[in-house]
Amino acid sequence: MATFSTNEFKSGLKVMLDNDPCAIVENEYVKPGKGQAFNRVKLRNLKTGRVIERTFKSGETLNSADVLEIEVQYLYSDGELWHFMDPSNYEQYAADKNAAGEAAQWLKGEEICTVTLWNGSPLSVTAPNFVTLQITETDPGVRGDTATGGTKPATLETGAVVKVPLFVENGELIKIDTRTGSYVSRAS
Amino acid sequence: MANLDWNPVVDQSTLKLRAEILRKVRQFMNEAGIMEVETPILASSTATDPNICSFETRLHTESGSRLYLQTSPEFHMKRLLAAGSGSIFQISRAFRDEESGRYHNPEFTMLEWYRPGFDHHELMNEIESLLDYLGLQKPARISYADVFLELTGFDPHAISRKQLIKLGRDAGLSPAVEDYNELLDFVFNHYVISRLRDKGSVFVFDFPQAQAALARLSGGEPVTAARFELFIQGLEIANGFHELCDPHEQKQRFKSDLQQRSKQNKTLYPIDRKFLSALESGMPESAGVALGLDRLLMVLSKASHIREVLAFPINNA
Repeated sequence: MATFSTNEFKSGLKVMLDNDPCAIVENEYVKPGKGQAFNRVKLRNLKTGRVIERTFKSGETLNSADVLEIEVQYLYSDGELWHFMDPSNYEQYAADKNAAGEAAQWLKGEEICTVTLWNGSPLSVTAPNFVTLQITETDPGVRGDTATGGTKPATLETGAVVKVPLFVENGELIKIDTRTGSYVSRAS
Repeated sequence: MANLDWNPVVDQSTLKLRAEILRKVRQFMNEAGIMEVETPILASSTATDPNICSFETRLHTESGSRLYLQTSPEFHMKRLLAAGSGSIFQISRAFRDEESGRYHNPEFTMLEWYRPGFDHHELMNEIESLLDYLGLQKPARISYADVFLELTGFDPHAISRKQLIKLGRDAGLSPAVEDYNELLDFVFNHYVISRLRDKGSVFVFDFPQAQAALARLSGGEPVTAARFELFIQGLEIANGFHELCDPHEQKQRFKSDLQQRSKQNKTLYPIDRKFLSALESGMPESAGVALGLDRLLMVLSKASHIREVLAFPINNA
C-alpha cells in the first residue's frame, strides 16, 4: 500500500486515519526556530463528513486510502440498498442507507450521481445539484399571491418534504437545489 | 502573449516598506553604537541543531571540500565578539532546507545582534526600544513557567509525561509523538502559543533546560535556560540568549545534538572547531538575539503568508 509522508500532504489527498478514509483539507507546516517541526493538518472523514484537526511530527506517514469518485446512474432502491450503475461499463454498486444518506430523498430513477468508492464499495452518494420532482401533496395554492413570500410544506414524489411558495399547486413539477434542499423554481 | 511569471509577487508598497524597515533598523543600530558586520554565508561547518537542516554544496577545486549555507550567522559573529569587536549587528540571509510554508521560506532575512555586558533582560529592553522605533507595541514579559501554568494549569518543570500526552492528544497530536521533550515542545508551541495570539506582543523568557539551545543555564532551582522568545500575535519573531560562553559545555551540547541527529538518521555535520576555539580563547559575556525580518514585515503589513512580503518567494525564485 502506498504511504504519504507529511511533506507530500496536500489538499485533496486521500489517506487513512484511525481506520477511516479521510481527505486532506489543509496542511500547515509549523516549526519553531528551535524545536521539532510539525504539520497541522485538517482532514475530512469521508464516512462521517466531519472535519478533524490532527498534528503530525514532520516526516510521519499515513497510508493512502483507496478512494475513488465515479459518476453513476441511479437505478432503484429495494428499501435497504440503493442501486447504481456505471454507464461506461455496466458495473453495478449498492449503497447502504448510511452511504446513500441525504441524497436518497432526491432520487427517483436515472439521475446521474457521484458515488465515492472506498475499497470498491460506496462510501457516500452525492445527488445531482438540481433535480426536478413532482409535488404529490400540498395545501391548495393561493392564486395571485406571488409577492408576499410566504411558504408552505410540500411532499414530493420521492417522499422528501420541501418548503414551496404559496402559489405552487399540487401536481406541479418543481426544481430543487439538493445542496440546500430548497425550492428553486417551477419546472413545468 | 508574453509570459508574465518574471514579475515580483508583491507590489511597490511592500518593497518600499521593506526598504524603510531596513533603513530604520540600520539607523537604530547606528544610534545605539552597534557596528554592522558581514560574515560568510558559505562555510565548512554549520548548526548541529537536530531540527535544522542545512543546504550543502561543494567547492569545485581538487580538494572539493564540502560547504554549507549558513542557517544563522551566529558562530561567525561570536568569533568576532571573541576577537574584541564589541557590539555588532548583521542583516543577513539565512538558509534552512525543508522549511517552507506559511511562515517559512527556505531563504530568509535575519537581523542578528550581540551586546557584550548585557544579560537577556537588558537585551529585551533594547528590543523593546527597537520595536517602538518601528512603530510597534511594547511587549509584555512573562516567564515560560508562568505562561505555561496560566494556559495549561501545569508547571512545565514538574509536568509528567502522562499529563503531556493527555494535553497533546486533546489538542489533536498524533499518537506517534512519545518523546518527553517533543511533547513539551508541542504543548508549548501549539497549545500555549496559539493561545498567546490574543495577547498581542509577548516576551517569554527562562525556558526549560532541555530547550536551552545556545543559552547559559541559571543556577537556580529549577534550572532554567537564559533564553527568550518574542511572539507577536502568536507568531515567533525573535529568539535570544544570554549566551553560553563555556567551551566545554558548548562542546557537550554539540555532541548531544549529533547523538540525536544520529538517532534520527539525519546528516551528521562537522562540529565548528573554530567557534569552539574562539570560546576557549574567551568570548565576552554577551546577550544576543536573532529576529526574523520577513516575519516582522508580515506583522507590519498584516500579511497572512510569508510570500506576501517577499518579492520572489521560493516558488518564484
